[in-house]
Amino acid sequence: MPTFVYMTRCDGCGQCVDICPSDIMHIDPKVRRAYNIEPNMCWECYSCVKACPHNAIDVRGYADFAPLGHSVRVRRDEEKGVIAWRIIFRNGEKDMNLLAPITTKPWGKHIPQLADAPPPSQEVRDSQLLYNEPKYIRFDDGGLHTLESAGLKLKTGVYE
Amino acid sequence: MITSNPFEVLSASLPLEPGVMQAYVVLMVFLVIGGTLLDVVHKKSGKYFFEKGQALKKIAKREVSGGEKIGLAVSTFANEVLRSSEFENRDRRISHLFTMYGFIFFVVTTAILIFGLPAAEGGTPITALLWHLGALSICFGGYWFWFKIRVDVRAEGNQWYNVHQSDLFVVSLLLTATFALVWSAMQAITGAASALSIIAFIVFIAASTTLFSTILWSKFAHMFFKPAAAFQKKVAVADGSRDKLPEIPDLSSAECKERYPDIPEYMGDNPPNMGLGIKREAPSHY
Repeated sequence: MPTFVYMTRCDGCGQCVDICPSDIMHIDPKVRRAYNIEPNMCWECYSCVKACPHNAIDVRGYADFAPLGHSVRVRRDEEKGVIAWRIIFRNGEKDMNLLAPITTKPWGKHIPQLADAPPPSQEVRDSQLLYNEPKYIRFDDGGLHTLESAGLKLKTGVYE
Repeated sequence: MITSNPFEVLSASLPLEPGVMQAYVVLMVFLVIGGTLLDVVHKKSGKYFFEKGQALKKIAKREVSGGEKIGLAVSTFANEVLRSSEFENRDRRISHLFTMYGFIFFVVTTAILIFGLPAAEGGTPITALLWHLGALSICFGGYWFWFKIRVDVRAEGNQWYNVHQSDLFVVSLLLTATFALVWSAMQAITGAASALSIIAFIVFIAASTTLFSTILWSKFAHMFFKPAAAFQKKVAVADGSRDKLPEIPDLSSAECKERYPDIPEYMGDNPPNMGLGIKREAPSHY
């Protein structure tokens, strides 16, 4: 779902240009407003959508996500640490609000101080694990997680 | 120099009849009105606002009363119009305020100085002082914007002299204010009838005519559209349609916890204020 900019809402502040990891949000030289220069190259990370102070950037959902003519809008609240999405179908009847946390701790605090971490022991050096590999990846606890190890099976086709 | 009325000097020395100057001001007013109306028709902005308003009404959760709308209009005027609160970027907001108030003072005092010409010899020194200060304020805010703040220079790496049609408004405004000051200074230094003074005056008039006569192609009319858009945004929040934006509830409310169980699970029962996040630093990673 690549992003696009509403020219009437954009004021050309450059937040999206700054944050876009693909460097595809640019300022139009004629109207001095931001636009996605190459939607095909959009990673759909929605950094620009979230960073826009005027909510001027929306996403154009694929047809398998919502029927054409829908609206997908997003608001990011830094201080509350959440992101909210609203998807309205073109008939106006299906109107969904979603809310998810984007952080569980205050921004910029609790950053791991890797420089202070003890150097790896010989045992860790000889191990196949990465140094300080997060426990939740759990490569050291039962190996690589697969469908098979989780008792699941890949099904074919569309199913409920 | 700063308290003398340059139009009075012009009227006395060139001589240029006050009636001609007054007719020019009236013509500029008509050009602004006509240009704005043409702009509304050509860009279909009026139609856009109306259709958007209708579309939002369909998903509105409640009706906004007339009194409430007046309150919203007052709030729009006090915040978005008078204090340019729409700008998130502090520098941009300050530069806009300098340019905006400078422009208002400059235009109003120009009219007072010109229409006061035949009777009281062109108004009081304070009006002339405000005229100069207005022009200075436009130059301060405008050049700050032009050289440092505007995004295509700051972000896109374009040179400051890379001028496009979209710069018509700001360039003609800056030229108007700059050459108004240059003209006034030349009157004081080299005399009102000197070649330098007359050249500065011609550039000043050419720039101001461009400013007021090119509304269809410039962003002059933003001073009328922006308040309308800001008002519509406020109405959209009041009527619950929220411009199709999602609502962010109080995270510690029972209703929120029931509807979004992820929130208490990952963030706790009373999520703290997480701080400014992305807003901790201005965008400057280009």
